Amino acid sequence: MTQTLARYERYLSDLRGLPPAGPSWLQQTRSGAVERFSELGFPTARRGNEKWKYTNVGPIANTPFVYPFEASANGLAPADIQRVVPWDDAWTNLVFLDGRYSELLSSPRSADGIAVMSLGEAIASGDPDVERHLAKYADFDDDGFTALNTAFVADGAFIRVPDGASVDTPIHLVFLSTDRGEPTASHPRVLVVAGAGSKSTIIESYVGLQSNRYFTNAVAETVLLEGSQIDHYRLLLESDDAYHVGTARVRQCADSTFTSRTFEKSVGLGRYDLSVLMDGPNASCNLSGLYMTSGTQHVDNFITVDHAKPYSTSRLLYKGILAGKSRAVFGGTVWVRKGAIKTDSMQSDKNLVLSPDAEVDSKPALFIYADDVKCGHGATAGNIDKNSVFYLLSRGIDLETASRMLIYGFASEIIDLVRVDSLRDQLERLFLESLPSFKFEF
Amino acid sequence: MTQAHERNGTALLEVKGLRVSVGETEILRGIDLTVRKGEVHAIMGPNGSGKSTLTNVLAGRPEYIVTEGQVLFEGKNILGLPPVGMDPETRAREGMFLAFQYPVELAGVRTWQFLKAAVDATREYRGLPQLKIREFDRLLEEKLELVEIAPELIKRSVNEGFSGGEKKRNEILQMLLLDPKLAMLDETDSGLDIDALRIVANGVNQFKGPSKAIVLVTHYQRILNYITPDFVHVLVDGRIVRSGGKELAEQLEEKGYDWVRESSDSPAAPPAAKVGA
Repeated sequence: MTQTLARYERYLSDLRGLPPAGPSWLQQTRSGAVERFSELGFPTARRGNEKWKYTNVGPIANTPFVYPFEASANGLAPADIQRVVPWDDAWTNLVFLDGRYSELLSSPRSADGIAVMSLGEAIASGDPDVERHLAKYADFDDDGFTALNTAFVADGAFIRVPDGASVDTPIHLVFLSTDRGEPTASHPRVLVVAGAGSKSTIIESYVGLQSNRYFTNAVAETVLLEGSQIDHYRLLLESDDAYHVGTARVRQCADSTFTSRTFEKSVGLGRYDLSVLMDGPNASCNLSGLYMTSGTQHVDNFITVDHAKPYSTSRLLYKGILAGKSRAVFGGTVWVRKGAIKTDSMQSDKNLVLSPDAEVDSKPALFIYADDVKCGHGATAGNIDKNSVFYLLSRGIDLETASRMLIYGFASEIIDLVRVDSLRDQLERLFLESLPSFKFEF
Repeated sequence: MTQAHERNGTALLEVKGLRVSVGETEILRGIDLTVRKGEVHAIMGPNGSGKSTLTNVLAGRPEYIVTEGQVLFEGKNILGLPPVGMDPETRAREGMFLAFQYPVELAGVRTWQFLKAAVDATREYRGLPQLKIREFDRLLEEKLELVEIAPELIKRSVNEGFSGGEKKRNEILQMLLLDPKLAMLDETDSGLDIDALRIVANGVNQFKGPSKAIVLVTHYQRILNYITPDFVHVLVDGRIVRSGGKELAEQLEEKGYDWVRESSDSPAAPPAAKVGA
């Protein structure tokens, strides 16, 4: 424990430096999280730890990150941000600098009773939904990263969609790591409460503006009340040297639909731990992701779906494109609890491995404790198909273009799922521009 | 050889003593074939005789190993890698086209983009100006009508969710768009119902002309009722065992391949194999 303490002393001293802001319930939650983090630290010991078997967070634990106590726009203009992240002025855009809300760069809306605001503001105003839901789904008892994020909770994003509201304008949360000239850590926090029968679209973007090593430790909690629908997109556009650990906890009530698409384009070491609890009958979730890695990048998707109640449906479709010496990890676990009859679940993870030095570890798993269910899973890894390449060549298309067309074709299955037109167009461009240079060899 | 006197066109394709293996197995065991401009050649033969191997090796499929022989397209050697020979894309741009027996489904590659990329690459090589999107769309519309493909289909991924007949018609569409000199149709008729066969044949007949040549690979005589061949060659066990005019196809239909197999054992057979050359 002494060693752990020494390693994490920096975080603990930063935490002591934070003002004891917020109501007493929050102070209690935070101090509990501080205590738990000081016991847990980060999961650097991987032996026997299935959750972290293929991902080494040692480099995160060993880097002394500085906590930026104040947000600083530092002369940032909206144009600087729009250059690095998909953007549409028609969306509701909220920008966070190193985890803190930037009023200057944001365009919040509160039309139709929908609340889209800084979490700090929502806490300060004593919003009962914050107390009711914050830190109730992202359990930190067994998770050092979540404990650390919770310990730092002061600001972030709060979205509440009123019962029955149908929000057409996408809500875009941009978490930006600014250039501070030294390695920094930020702990973005998101809380979403979707009212009964409501519909909304939420885009979460994580972006780096600096070339330095930095660490983003994000936690998002989402609760979907009866019959609500959320279309969720998560974009990972961090710097190539960045560390990113994202934790998302979703609780679905009866008849709700959670659709989530993840696009992981750049990061040094990235982990996304998404867990969906289907806590009411007839809920459905549709999760998919596209990860593209090159160089020495490492991306780990750790997805859990828990069918706790009957008549629920889940779909998981993840695709990876790996080049260079990069590594991808996919862990998909679907639980079907006792009594969750008529569960319908399908998961698959497909990978294009374009380099002999790249590696993917794909582990889809199913645990079924109910009868009368329909479940399936599968994983593939391989190169582009030689018959497809030859077909394109035989039409006069050169080898490099043919390879690109097929790689992009592989990715487009996920990109085409994006229902926000301007987001889809921008993602298409982003991924097309950064496809690995690759020539198929027969 | 009733058509002998008509053979005054320029030689487009010259295959000389071609031997081809896949792995350890020799598939083609000495093929001689000359195709001149304006001619339609039908290559018939039983399953496994090497018909598809011949068209695929001509198109440049990398799995096939040429062990002997020469292939000239417009007098230029195509076998082997550049600068000695031509890679598959160069053969295509030079004007060789293969309609696949099994057209490949390209997940996520939209048909429109695919067709445009192919036309762009080919035109650029031939020194033709790039078509503007509007010009291309007009050309495409015209050809789509010819092969009776619904315009909605080109918004889909290439051949994905296409019926068997639509896939084959899509091959003919590509042939018409790329406007090659030599079209090799690898069992384009197999699996087609009578309407689709008529559409495919109509497309091929539109393409036909004094500067074009067609090599039709088929099992059955049926398509030859729509596309009249000038020459029919019978391929058995990797050799052309008999060549003749269109009446040969009718004889085959009547007597079956055993008839040529038997007669090819006779001493008269080897010279017959050279008739087309």
